[in-house]
Amino acid sequence: MADQPTATERFINGILPENPVYRQLLGLCPTLAVTNGLNAAVTMAAAVGFVLLCANVITSLIRNLLKPHLRIVVFTLTIATFVTIADRLLAAYLYQMSKTLGPYIPLIIVNCIIICRCEVCASKQSPFTAAADAVGQSLGFGLALCSIAAIREILGTGALFGIRLLPAVWPDWVIMVLPPGAFLTFGLLLGLVNWLADTRKA
Amino acid sequence: MNSDIEKKTFAEKLKTSSLVQAWLVLLLAVSFGISLAGVQLALGPIIETNKINETLEKVPELVLGKDLAEKMAAQNQSLEVANHRVAVDKAGQAKTYSVYEARYAGELRGWVVKIKGQGYADAIELLVGLSPDLKSLTGLFVLDQKETPGLGNKIVTADWRGQFIGAPTSSALVVVKGGAAQPGEIDAVTGATISSNSVTAMINTAIGDLRSPLTEMKKGKDNNG
Repeated sequence: MADQPTATERFINGILPENPVYRQLLGLCPTLAVTNGLNAAVTMAAAVGFVLLCANVITSLIRNLLKPHLRIVVFTLTIATFVTIADRLLAAYLYQMSKTLGPYIPLIIVNCIIICRCEVCASKQSPFTAAADAVGQSLGFGLALCSIAAIREILGTGALFGIRLLPAVWPDWVIMVLPPGAFLTFGLLLGLVNWLADTRKA
Repeated sequence: MNSDIEKKTFAEKLKTSSLVQAWLVLLLAVSFGISLAGVQLALGPIIETNKINETLEKVPELVLGKDLAEKMAAQNQSLEVANHRVAVDKAGQAKTYSVYEARYAGELRGWVVKIKGQGYADAIELLVGLSPDLKSLTGLFVLDQKETPGLGNKIVTADWRGQFIGAPTSSALVVVKGGAAQPGEIDAVTGATISSNSVTAMINTAIGDLRSPLTEMKKGKDNNG
């Protein structure tokens, strides 16, 4: 147990050093699909954060009862439950947003960030550490989603959060809010993050 | 000493029994199931209200078409919409449809029918606009769907839904691939034939079920009025 990172380390690691999107390249489906606007990105990150926190805490609480060969079933069951709750909550209180995100909310069930955190951290460490890990990873995921969404929205529609910021002379680059924009932005940002990490090391 | 060993073997046996190993999974499944039922009980009515509000919002467009609906909204006029539950007896099985009757200045302008059916991934909920005489479709709106992103979810696009506007109901709508040529033909979404088929089949079934009850309802109202 001594070689496991502490709660603080887990928290900080999740945000940048082990950022789920930029450093681990996990959860790329929502990263590419729902980052055409900041509103959708923030909602998605919040939903993933909610599921990750609940799943991590529950998994950590029952970690001593887990059988190695049955653990994946337990993880999936837990994650699916909280995803369903998140989906219903959105449909009840953010109806239009839940229609915009459509199947991407139910698809959180197969988001590998969550099952990865259950496996790597929550099934081995205390609930407090697991919660810190969940918050850190969620912030990292939210940061990644928002950075991509901000660039795509401002270049594609001249707006942030749907509020027009660039002057009307800005020719909205429609391609940025379409799927190619997601790949272009993500690729360039990923390159930038890797380059920054390399120069820091050197 | 001897009894200690025996105890251990019994404990070992218990530990390796598959039912005991799965107790956690079973317990979690039951408790998660109960909590999800609770969530559904609490949030179900709110979600239902959201859907009804959206339905009422869409009725003018589905009955009158987009242009006329926008014109009416600009002039602050609105349709009188009444909700009916129409029960259809189908091979001994009762099926209930939620039907919205849209009138303007007392005159029947059309019907909007809510249909639920199985799509490719999950249930699809549709709103279908019908002309007062039930001879043609006047609009289609997808209320809820979880079809494959990029393929099946194209059923929500205005382009695809537009094919249904004005389609005749005299015979069943047919899904074709590679371009619809005749009225009553629906061009399938590329890569999503199942989604296209289910939407079309749902509409065909609903029209078949509702043709006579709605005609009756209209007659009854006309006679009274």
